[in-house]
Amino acid sequence: MQDAPAVTQAPVQKRSYAVPIAFVVMLAFLLVAPHYTYPLIVMQGLCFALFACAFNLLIGYVGLLSFGHALFFGWASYVCAHLAKIGTISLPYWAGGLQWFVIPLPPLPPELAILGGTAVAALFGLIAGSLAIRRQGIYFAMITLALAQMMFFFALQMKFTGGEDGIQAVPRGKMFGVLNLSDPSTLYYVVLGIFLIGFLLIYRVIHSPFGEVLKAIRENEARAISLGYKTDRYKLVAFVLSAALAGLAGATKALVFQLASLTDVHWHMSGEVVLMTLVGGLGTIFGPVAGAFVIIAMQNYLSALDQWVTVIQGVIFVTCVLLFRRGIVGEIAALLRIKL
Amino acid sequence: MFEIFGVPSQALFGQLLIGLINGSFYAMLSLGLAVIFGMLNIINFSHGAQYMMGAFCAFFLLQYLGLGYWPALVIAPIVVGLTGVLVERLFLQWLYKFDHLYGLLLTFGLALIIEGVFRNYFGASGLPYSVPDSLKGGINLGFMFLPIYRAWVVVLSLTVCLLTWFLIERTRLGANLRAATENPTIVRSFGINVPRMITLTYGFGVGLAALAGVMAAPIYNVSPQMGADLIIVVFAVVVIGGMGSIMGAIVTGFGLGVIEGLTKVFFPEASNTVIFVIMAIVLLIRPAGLFGRGN
Repeated sequence: MQDAPAVTQAPVQKRSYAVPIAFVVMLAFLLVAPHYTYPLIVMQGLCFALFACAFNLLIGYVGLLSFGHALFFGWASYVCAHLAKIGTISLPYWAGGLQWFVIPLPPLPPELAILGGTAVAALFGLIAGSLAIRRQGIYFAMITLALAQMMFFFALQMKFTGGEDGIQAVPRGKMFGVLNLSDPSTLYYVVLGIFLIGFLLIYRVIHSPFGEVLKAIRENEARAISLGYKTDRYKLVAFVLSAALAGLAGATKALVFQLASLTDVHWHMSGEVVLMTLVGGLGTIFGPVAGAFVIIAMQNYLSALDQWVTVIQGVIFVTCVLLFRRGIVGEIAALLRIKL
Repeated sequence: MFEIFGVPSQALFGQLLIGLINGSFYAMLSLGLAVIFGMLNIINFSHGAQYMMGAFCAFFLLQYLGLGYWPALVIAPIVVGLTGVLVERLFLQWLYKFDHLYGLLLTFGLALIIEGVFRNYFGASGLPYSVPDSLKGGINLGFMFLPIYRAWVVVLSLTVCLLTWFLIERTRLGANLRAATENPTIVRSFGINVPRMITLTYGFGVGLAALAGVMAAPIYNVSPQMGADLIIVVFAVVVIGGMGSIMGAIVTGFGLGVIEGLTKVFFPEASNTVIFVIMAIVLLIRPAGLFGRGN
């Protein structure tokens, strides 16, 4: 048997160093960038990069276009801001009339506030996801958009969100009791750390057996079903994961800007994360990061143009769809014949 | 005056009428979306923007050419429909061979451009457009006051919807259209110009949206924002009804408008969200939609 060719074994893939190199480049950029521009802009970029990576997990690796991801981003942001500033939770229940079940809590430290926001986003992801995966393709996009719009109206009406004012002056506090987030550079490295945890988690998921099944569903769902996979469960888990990570990004953003507002739950935000991912490259690992930084940079440098920014975003959308469907990172990867 | 469930009849029937009016627009817009989706397999995200363009077109006709409501009712849908034809030829036709999600993204981008440009030139506040003289005033029905223009909107939209249904389900042209939806290749082999049919279908759907816009102008004022939030509600309507059936789109549109109106009377806090809640319930009970044929 020694001479027999190993036909049954998987062909040994040539090891590619493209991804580690790109990761080092990205890390170097993120360590150097705050010294050359406003750290706040870079932190905004990091939050949106994580948001876009979470969104890309669905569109790029399961083939599901969610047009309502602002729901998770925005609500996590509200919950985190509320927990960090007030703490007390009031939950409504029905007992012959609307009653409130009150859990008296002090304002929570940042790590618990972020965790709370992320958990709520995951819960909403479970509910929204189990509704949305009942339909495929184009309907999936419309359902997620409609559910997000519903939660936008709830955010507008509920008292704790502060309506049009939002939740302002959110205290940053001390993470784990030692890291003082009021210090700009400590805050920066904490945000960078949160981003890296999310990014590496997504990378790990994509390259796990679970991720392979997700890609199989993207390529041919009927075939995946016929192979015995319960595709709905895979889709739901991916959706919850994506919602939770979008929530992590939103919660972090609430602490960075010390603000949670209606902007974060509006459908414009859902559109923006689609744009970032599209510009960077759907289904690439680094694409959403590049896309988020490009769009955030554009918004900050072109903010003088005010209203025209929306029009420019629209033009970028149209151009990308017609001419650059692979996005920035996708085009580079195609040019160098590597996978990024 | 009398009361029903403790609500004055004026208020109840007044909200019912507003519900019917909203329902008229839901029906016309979801009909247009369904027609476009049937032929192009694209969800037209710029439908709300094109509805807004219809209203602005009527406004321009009055402002610059002195043409009133009646000419606008004919001209605006044609003009906006022609821009739709242009959009299909310039952009959409290149996307049919790709995943149909790209069509959604492209039309979303177009909606951002159109609404952004209009907002830059006309601000966010509404411009007034008055009710035509011949439709001013109202009738006192005893239990409520019925403004003639609002009654006209309901009647006209119902007529347009039924005509569209007749055109698609009962005529030769409609039969060709339905056949091309099922199998474009075979229909082409019979010598029917399918690409032209696709272009005209898109133009027709966009024209329907513009017609709804003209009808809406005297009721809601003309503003760049008027279509943006409406289109999301219409998406929910489409999910509830399913896009498989023309009649389904019409019935769902009017029905949901009425339910929304009634919610305003009995539980006003939920009037913004009731359609989305119904959508969630329908997804739980009948995932394919009330009139859907599955995916």
